[in-house]
Amino acid sequence: MENKEDTLFIRLIPYIDRYGILLLIAIMLLILHLLQPDVFFSWRNITNIFKQISWQSMLALGVFMVIVTAGIDLSVGSILMLSLMALAIASRAGLPWQIVIFVAPAVGMVCGMINGLGITILRMPHPFIMTLGTLYIFRGVGNLISGGVPIGGFADQLRSIGSGKIRLEWLYGEGATQYIPSSLIIIIIIFFIFWIFLNQTKIGKWIYAIGGNPEAARAAGINVNRILILVYTLCGFLSGIGALILAGRTGSAYPNAGLQSELDAIAAVIIGGASFFGGRGTVLGVFAGVFIMGLLRNGLNLMNVSVFWQQVLIGSIIILAVYIDVLRRQFGTRK
Amino acid sequence: MTFNSSDIILEARGVSKYFGTITALENTNLNLRPGEVLGVVGDNGAGKSTLMKVLSGLFKQSAGSIFFEGKKVEFSSPRDSQNLGIEMVYQDLALAENLPIGDNIFLGREPTRNFGPFKFLDHKKRKQLTEEHLSRLKINVKSADQRVEELSGGQRQAVAIARATAFDAKIVIMDEPTAALAVKEVGKVLDLIKGLKDLGVGVIVISHRMDDIFTVSDRVMALFQGTNFAESQLRQTSRDEVIGWIMGKKI
Ligand SMILES: Nc1ncnc2c1ncn2[C@@H]1O[C@H](COP(=O)(O)OP(=O)(O)OP(=O)(O)O)[C@@H](O)[C@H]1O
Ligand SMILES: [Mg+2]
Repeated sequence: MENKEDTLFIRLIPYIDRYGILLLIAIMLLILHLLQPDVFFSWRNITNIFKQISWQSMLALGVFMVIVTAGIDLSVGSILMLSLMALAIASRAGLPWQIVIFVAPAVGMVCGMINGLGITILRMPHPFIMTLGTLYIFRGVGNLISGGVPIGGFADQLRSIGSGKIRLEWLYGEGATQYIPSSLIIIIIIFFIFWIFLNQTKIGKWIYAIGGNPEAARAAGINVNRILILVYTLCGFLSGIGALILAGRTGSAYPNAGLQSELDAIAAVIIGGASFFGGRGTVLGVFAGVFIMGLLRNGLNLMNVSVFWQQVLIGSIIILAVYIDVLRRQFGTRK
Repeated sequence: MTFNSSDIILEARGVSKYFGTITALENTNLNLRPGEVLGVVGDNGAGKSTLMKVLSGLFKQSAGSIFFEGKKVEFSSPRDSQNLGIEMVYQDLALAENLPIGDNIFLGREPTRNFGPFKFLDHKKRKQLTEEHLSRLKINVKSADQRVEELSGGQRQAVAIARATAFDAKIVIMDEPTAALAVKEVGKVLDLIKGLKDLGVGVIVISHRMDDIFTVSDRVMALFQGTNFAESQLRQTSRDEVIGWIMGKKI
Protein backbone atom coordinates (compact mmCIF):
# COMPACT_ATOMS: atom_id res chain seq x y z
CA MET A 1 0.00 0.00 0.00
CA GLU A 2 2.64 2.50 1.10
CA ASN A 3 4.52 3.99 -1.77
CA LYS A 4 8.04 5.27 -1.21
CA GLU A 5 7.46 8.11 -3.60
CA ASP A 6 4.58 9.44 -1.59
CA THR A 7 5.45 12.77 -0.18
CA LEU A 8 5.36 13.21 3.55
CA PHE A 9 2.18 15.21 3.14
CA ILE A 10 0.33 12.39 1.41
CA ARG A 11 1.42 9.88 4.01
CA LEU A 12 0.23 12.20 6.74
CA ILE A 13 -3.23 12.48 5.24
CA PRO A 14 -4.84 9.60 7.16
CA TYR A 15 -3.65 11.13 10.41
CA ILE A 16 -4.70 14.61 9.43
CA ASP A 17 -8.02 13.05 8.53
CA ARG A 18 -8.55 11.62 11.97
CA TYR A 19 -6.80 14.08 14.23
CA GLY A 20 -6.53 17.17 12.05
CA ILE A 21 -9.34 18.96 13.77
CA LEU A 22 -7.82 18.40 17.19
CA LEU A 23 -4.55 19.70 15.80
CA LEU A 24 -6.31 22.79 14.52
CA ILE A 25 -7.84 23.37 17.95
CA ALA A 26 -4.45 22.91 19.63
CA ILE A 27 -2.83 25.42 17.29
CA MET A 28 -5.63 27.92 17.85
CA LEU A 29 -5.34 27.52 21.62
CA LEU A 30 -1.59 28.05 21.45
CA ILE A 31 -1.83 31.16 19.27
CA LEU A 32 -4.56 32.67 21.42
CA HIS A 33 -2.53 31.95 24.53
CA LEU A 34 0.57 33.59 23.05
CA LEU A 35 -1.40 36.62 21.92
CA GLN A 36 -3.34 37.03 25.18
CA PRO A 37 -1.19 35.34 27.85
CA ASP A 38 -2.98 36.89 30.84
CA VAL A 39 -6.58 36.57 29.78
CA PHE A 40 -7.08 33.71 27.41
CA PHE A 41 -6.44 30.70 29.61
CA SER A 42 -8.16 32.21 32.63
CA TRP A 43 -10.96 30.12 34.10
CA ARG A 44 -13.32 32.94 33.48
CA ASN A 45 -12.56 33.23 29.78
CA ILE A 46 -12.68 29.50 29.07
CA THR A 47 -16.03 29.08 30.83
CA ASN A 48 -17.20 32.09 28.88
CA ILE A 49 -16.46 30.38 25.60
CA PHE A 50 -18.43 27.33 26.65
CA LYS A 51 -21.34 29.45 27.81
CA GLN A 52 -21.40 31.24 24.46
CA ILE A 53 -21.34 28.07 22.40
CA SER A 54 -23.76 26.11 24.57
CA TRP A 55 -27.02 26.95 22.84
CA GLN A 56 -25.42 27.10 19.40
CA SER A 57 -24.00 23.61 19.87
CA MET A 58 -27.53 22.25 20.22
CA LEU A 59 -28.53 23.72 16.85
CA ALA A 60 -25.34 22.38 15.28
CA LEU A 61 -25.95 18.89 16.62
CA GLY A 62 -29.47 18.88 15.21
CA VAL A 63 -28.39 20.22 11.83
CA PHE A 64 -25.58 17.66 11.81
CA MET A 65 -28.00 14.75 12.02
CA VAL A 66 -30.07 16.25 9.24
CA ILE A 67 -26.97 16.77 7.08
CA VAL A 68 -25.94 13.14 7.65
CA THR A 69 -29.20 12.12 5.92
CA ALA A 70 -28.14 14.37 3.02
CA GLY A 71 -30.77 16.92 4.06
CA ILE A 72 -30.60 20.44 5.44
CA ASP A 73 -32.54 22.37 8.07
CA LEU A 74 -32.56 26.12 7.58
CA SER A 75 -35.28 26.68 10.14
CA VAL A 76 -33.40 25.86 13.37
CA GLY A 77 -32.82 29.52 14.27
CA SER A 78 -36.52 30.22 13.84
CA ILE A 79 -37.49 27.10 15.77
CA LEU A 80 -35.26 28.33 18.58
CA MET A 81 -36.94 31.74 18.55
CA LEU A 82 -40.47 30.31 18.45
CA SER A 83 -39.69 27.84 21.26
CA LEU A 84 -38.19 30.66 23.29
CA MET A 85 -41.27 32.85 22.79
CA ALA A 86 -43.58 29.97 23.69
CA LEU A 87 -41.56 29.37 26.83
CA ALA A 88 -41.72 33.06 27.74
CA ILE A 89 -45.48 33.19 27.24
CA ALA A 90 -45.99 30.06 29.32
CA SER A 91 -43.83 31.58 32.02
CA ARG A 92 -45.68 34.90 31.93
CA ALA A 93 -48.98 33.04 32.14
CA GLY A 94 -47.84 31.88 35.55
CA LEU A 95 -47.35 28.21 34.81
CA PRO A 96 -44.99 26.54 37.28
CA TRP A 97 -41.40 26.27 36.08
CA GLN A 98 -41.59 22.46 36.20
CA ILE A 99 -44.02 22.70 33.30
CA VAL A 100 -42.52 25.67 31.52
CA ILE A 101 -39.27 23.76 31.23
CA PHE A 102 -40.92 21.30 28.82
CA VAL A 103 -42.53 23.96 26.62
CA ALA A 104 -39.49 24.85 24.53
CA PRO A 105 -38.39 21.28 23.70
CA ALA A 106 -42.00 20.31 22.97
CA VAL A 107 -42.61 23.26 20.65
CA GLY A 108 -39.26 22.52 18.99
CA MET A 109 -40.30 18.92 18.40
CA VAL A 110 -43.59 19.94 16.85
CA CYS A 111 -41.81 22.39 14.53
CA GLY A 112 -39.26 19.71 13.56
CA MET A 113 -42.02 17.22 12.93
CA ILE A 114 -43.75 19.71 10.63
CA ASN A 115 -40.51 19.93 8.64
CA GLY A 116 -40.21 16.15 8.53
CA LEU A 117 -43.81 15.61 7.46
CA GLY A 118 -43.54 18.29 4.79
CA ILE A 119 -40.39 16.77 3.34
CA THR A 120 -41.73 13.22 3.27
CA ILE A 121 -45.51 13.39 2.92
CA LEU A 122 -45.76 16.54 0.80
CA ARG A 123 -42.76 15.16 -1.12
CA MET A 124 -41.01 18.51 -1.27
CA PRO A 125 -38.28 18.20 -3.90
CA HIS A 126 -35.60 19.15 -1.39
CA PRO A 127 -35.51 19.81 2.38
CA PHE A 128 -33.95 23.17 1.55
CA ILE A 129 -37.30 24.37 0.25
CA MET A 130 -39.46 23.09 3.09
CA THR A 131 -37.16 24.46 5.78
CA LEU A 132 -36.67 27.75 3.94
CA GLY A 133 -40.43 28.12 4.10
CA THR A 134 -40.59 27.27 7.77
CA LEU A 135 -37.64 29.58 8.50
CA TYR A 136 -40.05 32.41 7.71
CA ILE A 137 -43.15 30.77 9.11
CA PHE A 138 -41.79 29.86 12.55
CA ARG A 139 -40.23 33.27 13.17
CA GLY A 140 -43.40 34.91 11.95
CA VAL A 141 -45.51 32.83 14.32
CA GLY A 142 -43.07 33.65 17.14
CA ASN A 143 -43.63 37.34 16.55
CA LEU A 144 -47.39 36.88 16.21
CA ILE A 145 -47.72 35.18 19.59
CA SER A 146 -45.43 37.64 21.36
CA GLY A 147 -46.56 40.80 19.59
CA GLY A 148 -43.00 41.26 18.38
CA VAL A 149 -41.68 42.51 21.70
CA PRO A 150 -39.26 40.97 24.21
CA ILE A 151 -40.74 39.05 27.12
CA GLY A 152 -38.76 38.60 30.31
CA GLY A 153 -39.10 37.63 33.93
CA PHE A 154 -38.29 33.93 34.04
CA ALA A 155 -38.23 31.96 37.29
CA ASP A 156 -34.78 31.40 38.79
CA GLN A 157 -35.09 27.64 38.50
CA LEU A 158 -35.74 28.07 34.79
CA ARG A 159 -32.75 30.33 34.36
CA SER A 160 -30.45 27.99 36.23
CA ILE A 161 -30.40 25.62 33.25
CA GLY A 162 -28.66 28.16 31.08
CA SER A 163 -26.81 30.18 33.68
CA GLY A 164 -26.38 27.92 36.68
CA LYS A 165 -22.96 27.52 38.22
CA ILE A 166 -21.45 24.48 39.81
CA ARG A 167 -18.94 26.01 42.18
CA LEU A 168 -15.67 24.27 42.71
CA GLU A 169 -15.08 25.24 46.33
CA TRP A 170 -14.35 21.63 47.21
CA LEU A 171 -11.48 21.83 44.76
CA TYR A 172 -10.21 25.38 45.14
CA GLY A 173 -11.11 26.05 48.77
CA GLU A 174 -13.66 28.15 50.59
CA GLY A 175 -14.75 31.29 48.74
CA ALA A 176 -13.27 30.24 45.40
CA THR A 177 -14.88 31.82 42.34
CA GLN A 178 -14.09 29.02 39.88
CA TYR A 179 -17.15 27.21 38.59
CA ILE A 180 -18.39 24.98 35.81
CA PRO A 181 -21.40 26.37 33.93
CA SER A 182 -24.39 24.04 34.19
CA SER A 183 -25.02 24.55 30.48
CA LEU A 184 -21.67 22.89 29.75
CA ILE A 185 -22.70 19.82 31.72
CA ILE A 186 -26.00 19.72 29.86
CA ILE A 187 -24.47 19.91 26.42
CA ILE A 188 -21.85 17.28 27.27
CA ILE A 189 -24.59 14.90 28.41
CA ILE A 190 -26.66 15.59 25.31
CA PHE A 191 -23.70 15.16 22.98
CA PHE A 192 -22.91 11.87 24.69
CA ILE A 193 -26.48 10.61 24.35
CA PHE A 194 -26.53 11.50 20.66
CA TRP A 195 -23.13 9.89 20.15
CA ILE A 196 -24.60 6.66 21.51
CA PHE A 197 -27.72 7.09 19.42
CA LEU A 198 -25.83 7.59 16.17
CA ASN A 199 -23.07 5.05 16.70
CA GLN A 200 -24.49 2.31 18.87
CA THR A 201 -28.09 1.87 17.73
CA LYS A 202 -29.74 0.48 14.62
CA ILE A 203 -31.54 3.71 13.90
CA GLY A 204 -28.26 5.61 14.09
CA LYS A 205 -26.77 3.25 11.54
CA TRP A 206 -29.82 3.68 9.31
CA ILE A 207 -29.44 7.46 9.43
CA TYR A 208 -25.96 7.11 7.97
CA ALA A 209 -27.20 4.54 5.45
CA ILE A 210 -29.93 6.90 4.24
CA GLY A 211 -27.33 9.61 3.73
CA GLY A 212 -25.15 7.20 1.77
CA ASN A 213 -27.86 5.72 -0.45
CA PRO A 214 -31.56 6.06 0.37
CA GLU A 215 -32.44 3.39 -2.21
CA ALA A 216 -30.16 0.91 -0.46
CA ALA A 217 -31.82 1.74 2.84
CA ARG A 218 -35.24 1.20 1.29
CA ALA A 219 -34.16 -2.11 -0.25
CA ALA A 220 -32.94 -3.17 3.18
CA GLY A 221 -36.48 -2.77 4.47
CA ILE A 222 -35.83 0.49 6.29
CA ASN A 223 -38.77 2.88 6.43
CA VAL A 224 -36.83 5.86 5.13
CA ASN A 225 -39.62 8.40 5.56
CA ARG A 226 -40.20 7.43 9.16
CA ILE A 227 -36.49 7.82 9.96
CA LEU A 228 -36.38 11.20 8.21
CA ILE A 229 -39.37 12.45 10.21
CA LEU A 230 -37.62 11.29 13.38
CA VAL A 231 -34.40 13.07 12.42
CA TYR A 232 -36.11 16.41 11.72
CA THR A 233 -38.15 16.05 14.91
CA LEU A 234 -34.99 15.47 16.94
CA CYS A 235 -33.40 18.46 15.24
CA GLY A 236 -36.36 20.58 16.34
CA PHE A 237 -36.13 19.10 19.83
CA LEU A 238 -32.47 20.11 20.08
CA SER A 239 -33.33 23.62 18.87
CA GLY A 240 -35.87 23.75 21.69
CA ILE A 241 -33.19 22.70 24.18
CA GLY A 242 -31.06 25.47 22.71
CA ALA A 243 -33.91 27.89 23.45
CA LEU A 244 -34.08 26.67 27.04
CA ILE A 245 -30.36 27.28 27.53
CA LEU A 246 -30.58 30.68 25.85
CA ALA A 247 -33.52 31.60 28.08
CA GLY A 248 -31.30 31.09 31.08
CA ARG A 249 -28.45 33.09 29.65
CA THR A 250 -30.40 36.12 28.51
CA GLY A 251 -33.32 36.04 30.94
CA SER A 252 -35.73 37.07 28.23
CA ALA A 253 -37.18 36.09 24.88
CA TYR A 254 -36.56 38.56 22.08
CA PRO A 255 -37.63 38.75 18.44
CA ASN A 256 -34.12 38.47 17.02
CA ALA A 257 -33.13 35.41 19.04
CA GLY A 258 -31.26 32.91 16.91
CA LEU A 259 -31.30 35.14 13.84
CA GLN A 260 -28.95 33.60 11.25
CA SER A 261 -27.86 30.99 13.76
CA GLU A 262 -28.82 28.30 11.24
CA LEU A 263 -25.86 29.45 9.17
CA ASP A 264 -23.52 29.23 12.16
CA ALA A 265 -24.82 25.75 12.80
CA ILE A 266 -24.19 24.63 9.22
CA ALA A 267 -20.74 26.23 9.33
CA ALA A 268 -19.83 24.40 12.53
CA VAL A 269 -20.99 21.08 11.07
CA ILE A 270 -18.94 21.57 7.90
CA ILE A 271 -15.86 22.75 9.80
CA GLY A 272 -16.30 19.68 11.96
CA GLY A 273 -15.71 17.48 8.93
CA ALA A 274 -19.20 16.28 8.02
CA SER A 275 -19.92 15.89 4.34
CA PHE A 276 -22.54 18.24 3.00
CA PHE A 277 -23.67 15.41 0.74
CA GLY A 278 -24.58 13.15 3.61
CA GLY A 279 -23.48 9.89 5.14
CA ARG A 280 -20.30 11.20 6.73
CA GLY A 281 -19.29 13.00 9.89
CA THR A 282 -18.94 12.45 13.61
CA VAL A 283 -20.56 13.84 16.73
CA LEU A 284 -17.15 14.70 18.14
CA GLY A 285 -16.40 16.59 14.94
CA VAL A 286 -19.52 18.71 15.44
CA PHE A 287 -18.43 19.59 18.95
CA ALA A 288 -14.99 20.50 17.62
CA GLY A 289 -16.58 22.60 14.87
CA VAL A 290 -18.69 24.53 17.34
CA PHE A 291 -15.71 24.96 19.64
CA ILE A 292 -13.52 26.29 16.82
CA MET A 293 -16.16 28.90 15.94
CA GLY A 294 -16.42 29.84 19.61
CA LEU A 295 -12.64 30.11 19.99
CA LEU A 296 -12.38 32.27 16.94
CA ARG A 297 -15.04 34.68 18.07
CA ASN A 298 -13.67 34.78 21.59
CA GLY A 299 -10.07 35.33 20.51
CA LEU A 300 -10.97 38.02 18.04
CA ASN A 301 -13.13 39.76 20.63
CA LEU A 302 -10.31 39.68 23.15
CA MET A 303 -8.07 41.34 20.61
CA ASN A 304 -10.74 43.87 19.73
CA VAL A 305 -10.90 42.73 16.14
CA SER A 306 -14.02 44.03 14.47
CA VAL A 307 -16.96 41.72 13.83
CA PHE A 308 -16.49 42.41 10.16
CA TRP A 309 -13.10 40.73 10.24
CA GLN A 310 -14.64 37.92 12.22
CA GLN A 311 -17.08 37.32 9.40
CA VAL A 312 -14.26 37.25 6.87
CA LEU A 313 -12.29 34.78 8.98
CA ILE A 314 -15.15 32.41 9.68
CA GLY A 315 -16.00 32.35 6.00
CA SER A 316 -12.40 31.61 5.14
CA ILE A 317 -12.22 28.77 7.64
CA ILE A 318 -15.31 27.12 6.15
CA ILE A 319 -13.75 27.22 2.70
CA LEU A 320 -10.40 26.02 4.02
CA ALA A 321 -11.99 23.14 5.93
CA VAL A 322 -13.81 21.94 2.85
CA TYR A 323 -10.72 22.43 0.68
CA ILE A 324 -8.74 20.17 3.02
CA ASP A 325 -11.52 17.64 2.55
CA VAL A 326 -11.21 17.96 -1.23
CA LEU A 327 -7.45 17.36 -1.04
CA ARG A 328 -7.99 14.43 1.24
CA ARG A 329 -10.35 12.80 -1.22
CA GLN A 330 -7.97 13.44 -4.05
CA PHE A 331 -4.89 11.92 -2.45
CA GLY A 332 -6.14 10.23 0.56
CA THR A 333 -6.51 6.66 1.57
CA ARG A 334 -9.34 6.62 3.97
CA LYS A 335 -9.65 4.46 7.01
CA MET B 1 -53.22 -28.03 3.13
CA THR B 2 -49.55 -28.06 4.03
CA PHE B 3 -46.75 -26.88 1.84
CA ASN B 4 -45.11 -29.65 -0.14
CA SER B 5 -41.51 -29.28 -1.31
CA SER B 6 -42.51 -30.12 -4.87
CA ASP B 7 -45.13 -27.38 -4.86
CA ILE B 8 -44.64 -23.92 -6.25
CA ILE B 9 -43.05 -21.79 -3.53
CA LEU B 10 -43.40 -18.39 -5.18
CA GLU B 11 -45.90 -17.28 -7.77
CA ALA B 12 -46.75 -14.02 -9.46
CA ARG B 13 -50.21 -14.11 -11.00
CA GLY B 14 -51.36 -11.48 -13.47
CA VAL B 15 -48.96 -8.84 -12.18
CA SER B 16 -49.07 -5.42 -13.82
CA LYS B 17 -47.03 -2.38 -12.92
CA TYR B 18 -47.56 1.14 -14.23
CA PHE B 19 -45.32 4.15 -13.64
CA GLY B 20 -47.57 7.05 -14.45
CA THR B 21 -48.36 6.50 -18.12
CA ILE B 22 -45.56 3.96 -18.64
CA THR B 23 -46.58 0.30 -18.62
CA ALA B 24 -43.61 -1.64 -17.27
CA LEU B 25 -45.50 -4.93 -16.77
CA GLU B 26 -48.82 -6.11 -18.14
CA ASN B 27 -50.47 -9.22 -16.74
CA THR B 28 -47.26 -11.19 -16.16
CA ASN B 29 -46.98 -14.59 -14.51
CA LEU B 30 -44.02 -16.32 -12.91
CA ASN B 31 -43.59 -19.36 -10.73
CA LEU B 32 -40.72 -21.02 -8.93
CA ARG B 33 -40.18 -24.32 -7.12
CA PRO B 34 -37.77 -24.99 -4.26
CA GLY B 35 -34.36 -26.07 -5.55
CA GLU B 36 -35.17 -24.76 -8.99
CA VAL B 37 -33.11 -22.20 -10.91
CA LEU B 38 -35.24 -20.03 -13.18
CA GLY B 39 -33.39 -17.99 -15.79
CA VAL B 40 -35.18 -14.80 -16.84
CA VAL B 41 -34.21 -13.10 -20.07
CA GLY B 42 -35.47 -10.15 -22.07
CA ASP B 43 -34.40 -7.03 -23.86
CA ASN B 44 -33.41 -3.84 -22.01
CA GLY B 45 -36.57 -2.36 -20.60
CA ALA B 46 -38.53 -5.60 -20.94
CA GLY B 47 -39.61 -5.35 -17.30
CA LYS B 48 -37.37 -7.99 -15.70
CA SER B 49 -36.09 -5.82 -12.85
CA THR B 50 -39.54 -4.37 -12.25
CA LEU B 51 -41.07 -7.82 -11.84
CA MET B 52 -38.30 -8.82 -9.41
CA LYS B 53 -38.77 -5.64 -7.39
CA VAL B 54 -42.44 -6.48 -7.06
CA LEU B 55 -41.46 -9.94 -5.80
CA SER B 56 -39.01 -8.44 -3.29
CA GLY B 57 -41.55 -5.94 -1.97
CA LEU B 58 -39.68 -2.85 -3.16
CA PHE B 59 -42.47 -2.00 -5.62
CA LYS B 60 -46.16 -2.48 -5.04
CA GLN B 61 -47.81 -4.03 -8.09
CA SER B 62 -50.58 -2.03 -9.77
CA ALA B 63 -52.62 -5.20 -10.32
CA GLY B 64 -52.27 -8.92 -9.76
CA SER B 65 -51.20 -11.05 -6.79
CA ILE B 66 -48.21 -12.74 -5.22
CA PHE B 67 -48.46 -16.17 -3.62
CA PHE B 68 -45.89 -17.61 -1.26
CA GLU B 69 -46.12 -21.29 -0.36
CA GLY B 70 -49.61 -21.23 -1.79
CA LYS B 71 -50.83 -18.32 0.31
CA LYS B 72 -51.56 -14.87 -1.02
CA VAL B 73 -49.13 -12.31 0.40
CA GLU B 74 -48.97 -8.51 0.44
CA PHE B 75 -45.58 -6.86 0.72
CA SER B 76 -45.53 -3.30 1.99
CA SER B 77 -41.75 -3.24 2.24
CA PRO B 78 -38.78 -5.48 1.40
CA ARG B 79 -38.77 -6.34 5.07
CA ASP B 80 -41.98 -8.34 4.60
CA SER B 81 -40.47 -10.47 1.85
CA GLN B 82 -37.22 -10.87 3.80
CA ASN B 83 -39.21 -12.18 6.74
CA LEU B 84 -40.56 -14.92 4.44
CA GLY B 85 -37.03 -15.76 3.30
CA ILE B 86 -36.98 -13.92 -0.04
CA GLU B 87 -33.67 -12.14 -0.69
CA MET B 88 -32.64 -10.08 -3.67
CA VAL B 89 -29.45 -8.88 -5.32
CA TYR B 90 -30.43 -5.66 -7.05
CA GLN B 91 -29.10 -4.73 -10.47
CA ASP B 92 -27.75 -1.46 -9.11
CA LEU B 93 -26.58 -3.40 -6.02
CA ALA B 94 -28.35 -1.12 -3.52
CA LEU B 95 -25.36 -0.70 -1.23
CA ALA B 96 -24.66 2.25 1.06
CA GLU B 97 -21.20 3.06 -0.20
CA ASN B 98 -20.27 5.18 2.80
CA LEU B 99 -20.66 2.19 5.11
CA PRO B 100 -18.33 -0.75 5.68
CA ILE B 101 -18.96 -4.17 4.11
CA GLY B 102 -20.33 -5.70 7.30
CA ASP B 103 -22.76 -2.84 7.87
CA ASN B 104 -24.11 -3.33 4.37
CA ILE B 105 -24.57 -7.07 4.73
CA PHE B 106 -26.51 -6.61 7.96
CA LEU B 107 -28.24 -3.33 7.09
CA GLY B 108 -31.75 -3.42 8.56
CA ARG B 109 -30.96 -6.68 10.40
CA GLU B 110 -28.06 -5.65 12.61
CA PRO B 111 -27.04 -8.00 15.40
CA THR B 112 -27.72 -6.32 18.74
CA ARG B 113 -27.22 -7.02 22.39
CA ASN B 114 -29.47 -5.98 25.21
CA PHE B 115 -28.48 -3.49 27.83
CA GLY B 116 -31.38 -3.19 30.22
CA PRO B 117 -34.36 -2.08 28.15
CA PHE B 118 -32.08 -0.84 25.34
CA LYS B 119 -30.69 -2.63 22.35
CA PHE B 120 -27.24 -1.65 21.17
CA LEU B 121 -25.37 -2.71 18.07
CA ASP B 122 -23.15 -5.70 18.62
CA HIS B 123 -20.12 -4.58 16.60
CA LYS B 124 -18.06 -7.61 17.53
CA LYS B 125 -20.69 -10.10 16.49
CA ARG B 126 -21.37 -8.30 13.23
CA LYS B 127 -17.68 -8.34 12.40
CA GLN B 128 -17.35 -12.01 13.24
CA LEU B 129 -20.43 -13.05 11.25
CA THR B 130 -19.27 -10.95 8.32
CA GLU B 131 -15.82 -12.51 8.24
CA GLU B 132 -17.25 -16.01 8.51
CA HIS B 133 -19.73 -15.39 5.73
CA LEU B 134 -17.20 -13.77 3.40
CA SER B 135 -14.79 -16.65 3.82
CA ARG B 136 -17.59 -19.16 3.28
CA LEU B 137 -18.31 -17.44 -0.05
CA LYS B 138 -14.56 -17.19 -0.77
CA ILE B 139 -14.82 -13.44 -1.21
CA ASN B 140 -11.48 -11.70 -0.95
CA VAL B 141 -11.43 -8.28 0.64
CA LYS B 142 -8.81 -6.66 2.82
CA SER B 143 -11.09 -6.37 5.80
CA ALA B 144 -14.74 -6.55 6.72
CA ASP B 145 -14.41 -2.96 7.89
CA GLN B 146 -13.53 -1.61 4.47
CA ARG B 147 -16.05 0.83 3.12
CA VAL B 148 -17.87 -0.25 0.00
CA GLU B 149 -16.73 2.87 -1.87
CA GLU B 150 -13.17 1.54 -1.64
CA LEU B 151 -14.06 -1.71 -3.38
CA SER B 152 -13.86 -2.63 -7.06
CA GLY B 153 -17.04 -3.15 -9.05
CA GLY B 154 -16.69 -6.91 -8.79
CA GLN B 155 -16.08 -6.80 -5.07
CA ARG B 156 -19.18 -4.67 -4.64
CA GLN B 157 -21.18 -7.20 -6.58
CA ALA B 158 -19.82 -9.87 -4.27
CA VAL B 159 -20.91 -7.87 -1.23
CA ALA B 160 -24.43 -7.54 -2.65
CA ILE B 161 -24.53 -11.32 -3.17
CA ALA B 162 -23.17 -11.89 0.33
CA ARG B 163 -25.96 -9.73 1.66
CA ALA B 164 -28.61 -11.86 -0.04
CA THR B 165 -27.18 -15.14 1.20
CA ALA B 166 -26.41 -14.34 4.83
CA PHE B 167 -29.84 -15.15 6.23
CA ASP B 168 -30.83 -18.70 5.22
CA ALA B 169 -33.00 -17.59 2.33
CA LYS B 170 -35.65 -19.83 0.79
CA ILE B 171 -35.60 -17.82 -2.41
CA VAL B 172 -32.76 -15.75 -3.85
CA ILE B 173 -33.43 -13.37 -6.73
CA MET B 174 -30.35 -12.17 -8.60
CA ASP B 175 -30.68 -9.31 -11.06
CA GLU B 176 -27.67 -9.55 -13.38
CA PRO B 177 -25.30 -10.80 -10.69
CA THR B 178 -22.44 -11.38 -13.12
CA ALA B 179 -22.62 -8.09 -15.02
CA ALA B 180 -19.50 -6.59 -13.42
CA LEU B 181 -17.45 -9.74 -13.02
CA ALA B 182 -14.31 -11.21 -14.56
CA VAL B 183 -14.44 -14.78 -15.88
CA LYS B 184 -13.17 -16.41 -12.71
CA GLU B 185 -15.62 -14.49 -10.54
CA VAL B 186 -18.49 -15.39 -12.85
CA GLY B 187 -17.61 -19.03 -12.24
CA LYS B 188 -17.77 -18.47 -8.47
CA VAL B 189 -21.23 -16.92 -8.70
CA LEU B 190 -22.54 -19.72 -10.89
CA ASP B 191 -21.11 -22.28 -8.44
CA LEU B 192 -22.78 -20.41 -5.62
CA ILE B 193 -26.12 -20.61 -7.44
CA LYS B 194 -25.68 -24.37 -7.86
CA GLY B 195 -24.84 -24.59 -4.16
CA LEU B 196 -28.04 -22.76 -3.26
CA LYS B 197 -30.01 -25.07 -5.52
CA ASP B 198 -28.51 -28.11 -3.76
CA LEU B 199 -29.69 -26.64 -0.46
CA GLY B 200 -33.21 -26.53 -1.84
CA VAL B 201 -33.23 -22.76 -2.33
CA GLY B 202 -35.25 -21.47 -5.26
CA VAL B 203 -33.19 -19.09 -7.41
CA ILE B 204 -34.24 -16.58 -10.05
CA VAL B 205 -31.36 -15.33 -12.20
CA ILE B 206 -31.66 -12.49 -14.66
CA SER B 207 -28.83 -12.33 -17.15
CA HIS B 208 -28.05 -11.10 -20.63
CA ARG B 209 -25.28 -13.71 -20.86
CA MET B 210 -26.50 -16.91 -22.49
CA ASP B 211 -23.58 -18.75 -20.87
CA ASP B 212 -24.94 -17.95 -17.41
CA ILE B 213 -28.46 -18.96 -18.33
CA PHE B 214 -27.43 -22.21 -19.98
CA THR B 215 -24.97 -23.16 -17.22
CA VAL B 216 -27.25 -22.89 -14.20
CA SER B 217 -30.91 -22.73 -15.20
CA ASP B 218 -33.43 -25.53 -15.05
CA ARG B 219 -35.99 -23.45 -16.86
CA VAL B 220 -35.89 -20.23 -18.82
CA MET B 221 -38.55 -17.61 -19.36
CA ALA B 222 -38.53 -14.53 -21.56
CA LEU B 223 -40.27 -11.22 -21.03
CA PHE B 224 -40.96 -8.98 -23.98
CA GLN B 225 -42.26 -5.43 -23.60
CA GLY B 226 -43.64 -6.12 -20.17
CA THR B 227 -45.42 -9.38 -20.99
CA ASN B 228 -44.66 -13.12 -20.83
CA PHE B 229 -43.30 -14.04 -24.24
CA ALA B 230 -42.08 -17.64 -23.98
CA GLU B 231 -40.97 -20.22 -21.49
CA SER B 232 -39.36 -23.66 -21.61
CA GLN B 233 -37.43 -26.28 -19.68
CA LEU B 234 -33.81 -25.61 -20.50
CA ARG B 235 -33.17 -28.96 -22.12
CA GLN B 236 -36.04 -28.43 -24.54
CA THR B 237 -34.68 -25.23 -26.00
CA SER B 238 -31.54 -23.82 -27.57
CA ARG B 239 -29.48 -20.68 -27.35
CA ASP B 240 -30.64 -19.52 -30.74
CA GLU B 241 -34.25 -19.95 -29.77
CA VAL B 242 -33.80 -18.02 -26.52
CA ILE B 243 -31.93 -15.22 -28.29
CA GLY B 244 -34.86 -15.07 -30.70
CA TRP B 245 -37.29 -14.70 -27.78
CA ILE B 246 -35.29 -11.77 -26.44
CA MET B 247 -35.77 -10.02 -29.78
CA GLY B 248 -39.44 -10.90 -29.84
CA LYS B 249 -39.23 -13.71 -32.42
CA LYS B 250 -40.68 -17.18 -32.16
CA ILE B 251 -39.51 -19.82 -34.61
N1 LIG C 1 -38.91 3.76 -11.10
C1 LIG C 1 -39.36 3.83 -12.37
N2 LIG C 1 -40.07 4.92 -12.77
C2 LIG C 1 -40.53 4.99 -14.04
N3 LIG C 1 -40.33 4.06 -14.97
C3 LIG C 1 -39.65 2.96 -14.63
C4 LIG C 1 -39.11 2.79 -13.31
N4 LIG C 1 -38.47 1.60 -13.26
C5 LIG C 1 -38.59 1.06 -14.49
N5 LIG C 1 -39.30 1.86 -15.31
C6 LIG C 1 -39.65 1.57 -16.70
O1 LIG C 1 -40.18 0.27 -16.75
C7 LIG C 1 -39.72 -0.41 -17.89
C8 LIG C 1 -39.07 -1.72 -17.50
O2 LIG C 1 -37.86 -1.45 -16.80
P1 LIG C 1 -36.98 -2.59 -16.13
O3 LIG C 1 -35.93 -1.90 -15.33
O4 LIG C 1 -37.85 -3.54 -15.42
O5 LIG C 1 -36.31 -3.30 -17.38
P2 LIG C 1 -35.29 -4.50 -17.43
O6 LIG C 1 -35.94 -5.59 -18.16
O7 LIG C 1 -34.77 -4.80 -16.10
O8 LIG C 1 -34.13 -3.91 -18.36
P3 LIG C 1 -32.53 -4.02 -18.25
O9 LIG C 1 -32.17 -5.27 -18.98
O10 LIG C 1 -32.06 -2.82 -19.00
O11 LIG C 1 -32.16 -4.01 -16.83
C9 LIG C 1 -38.79 0.54 -18.63
O12 LIG C 1 -39.53 1.14 -19.65
C10 LIG C 1 -38.44 1.56 -17.60
O13 LIG C 1 -38.23 2.81 -18.19
MG1 LIG D 1 -32.99 -4.61 -15.17
